[in-house]
Amino acid sequence: MRDVVIIGTGQTKFGEKWEKSLKALMAEAGVKAVKNSKIKGEEIDALYTGCMASGRLVGQEHIGALVADQVGLNPIPSTRVEAACASGGTALRTAYLSIKSGEHDLVVAGGGEKMVDVPTERVNYALGGAGDQETEIFNGATFAALYALMARKHMEKYGTTEKQLAEVSVKNHENGAKNPYAQYQREISVESVMNSPEIASPLKLFDCSPITDGAASVVLTTKEKAEEKGKDYIEIKASAQASDTLNLANRKSITEIKATQQASRKAYEQSGIKPEQVDFAEVHDCFTIAEILAMEDLGFYEKGEAAKAVEQGKTKLEGELPINPSGGLKAKGHPVGATGIAQAIEAYKQLTGKAKERQIENPKTALTHNIGGTGATAVVHMFQKPSKEE
Amino acid sequence: MQEAIPLNWRKYPERYRLEGTHCEECGQDFYPKKNICPNCRRKGKLEDKQMPREGKIISYSKVKASHKDFKDETPYYVALIELKNGVTIFSQVVDSLDNEVEIGAEVEKVFRKLNDKKYGVIAYSHKFRVKK
Repeated sequence: MRDVVIIGTGQTKFGEKWEKSLKALMAEAGVKAVKNSKIKGEEIDALYTGCMASGRLVGQEHIGALVADQVGLNPIPSTRVEAACASGGTALRTAYLSIKSGEHDLVVAGGGEKMVDVPTERVNYALGGAGDQETEIFNGATFAALYALMARKHMEKYGTTEKQLAEVSVKNHENGAKNPYAQYQREISVESVMNSPEIASPLKLFDCSPITDGAASVVLTTKEKAEEKGKDYIEIKASAQASDTLNLANRKSITEIKATQQASRKAYEQSGIKPEQVDFAEVHDCFTIAEILAMEDLGFYEKGEAAKAVEQGKTKLEGELPINPSGGLKAKGHPVGATGIAQAIEAYKQLTGKAKERQIENPKTALTHNIGGTGATAVVHMFQKPSKEE
Repeated sequence: MQEAIPLNWRKYPERYRLEGTHCEECGQDFYPKKNICPNCRRKGKLEDKQMPREGKIISYSKVKASHKDFKDETPYYVALIELKNGVTIFSQVVDSLDNEVEIGAEVEKVFRKLNDKKYGVIAYSHKFRVKK
């Protein structure tokens, strides 16, 4: 079977981009990725774009057609992929499958979201579509509230504390401060997290990822083509996905995300890389508790042990297992459709030695983890630096 | 959408009477209603069944920043409640003091207005309150 690789990436700065429309953001990221990949537009066979809620946020659907049009690539096939907050990760997976299957040779996987045009309450309503509209959102749930339910249970069951959750945000801001594309490029203190306004107890404002505009793109092709072009690349060693109940109430447990466990298990099998062999990971920290759950569900730490590991600094840039070196969703920002792609971009930059101030020392393997809703979709990818012997 | 008259009308049994589904084949109760049994799929034999109206709080949260339809009601409590038959439901917790809302608290269903902001549809639903 063919080996699929990423040969280049591009993204917009993430943040409140008042002067940029969804069209402008998508075009900017796409053009940058193509330029950085040293390819010509004519070489692209298809486009896959993750976008969650453009309908509710800017009244626009048919994003596949929008993107192809904006970047002048008609008439190639262009498809929007949607899996709530995992839209980017599933767009990446779809792009990967299109090459793996032999249907295409070179494709662009992108993602983007335009979120700041509408007031926060409307964004909350739009994001509510990631959950069960009829039974969660209708009854007053917000995403923060749903994750808050998971947080409180995790705290009751394992003794995880609010302060430990705060350490996740502090670490991610430390990393984000070194990321020129991040929405927040400044450090914060545990105190500032603890004193930030309560959103849905026990989660406070600084436990939550922000509302962000942004777009990101990666170019995928076969290993053969990448070698032909003499372009540096990273290998996609695994792509796996799993689903669970749409609503939180019907899950077997609310202190773990089974879909993450299932997807990551498949990814470890596919790649032959074990959890202890992963050099760093970009995980889905939509809320601080989500990063704790990810650390446990991905098999990096035992259930109930992740919060202590964060407190002990094990997941900092210089720690034993750097998590979210990019700053994560918290500091980098969470333009929903772009997130899964931005995680792959961090994997690419770190593995090819381009992460500058955030550079982890000589990483060889990376795992990215993207979640939809409260865990109804989980997508896990494994990346590896090509070995010199080949 | 949320305010659509047909949508709200379809949901009356589920919201007002906690009507869910029982599968004769595997014997499990489900809420909200199911069109297909998640265990048995096409082999399932589904029938309507009312869920018990009492349970206990599994987890809860005080919502201070809501989405647009609930702006006027913050702060309010939401919870996951395990009903007496083991089925878990998401609902608001009302008429209860802060120190009464805790994991393990026994609660009972009440019938309350959800909101009436859209197109004249006055939406009602289940909510729960801590048993005194």
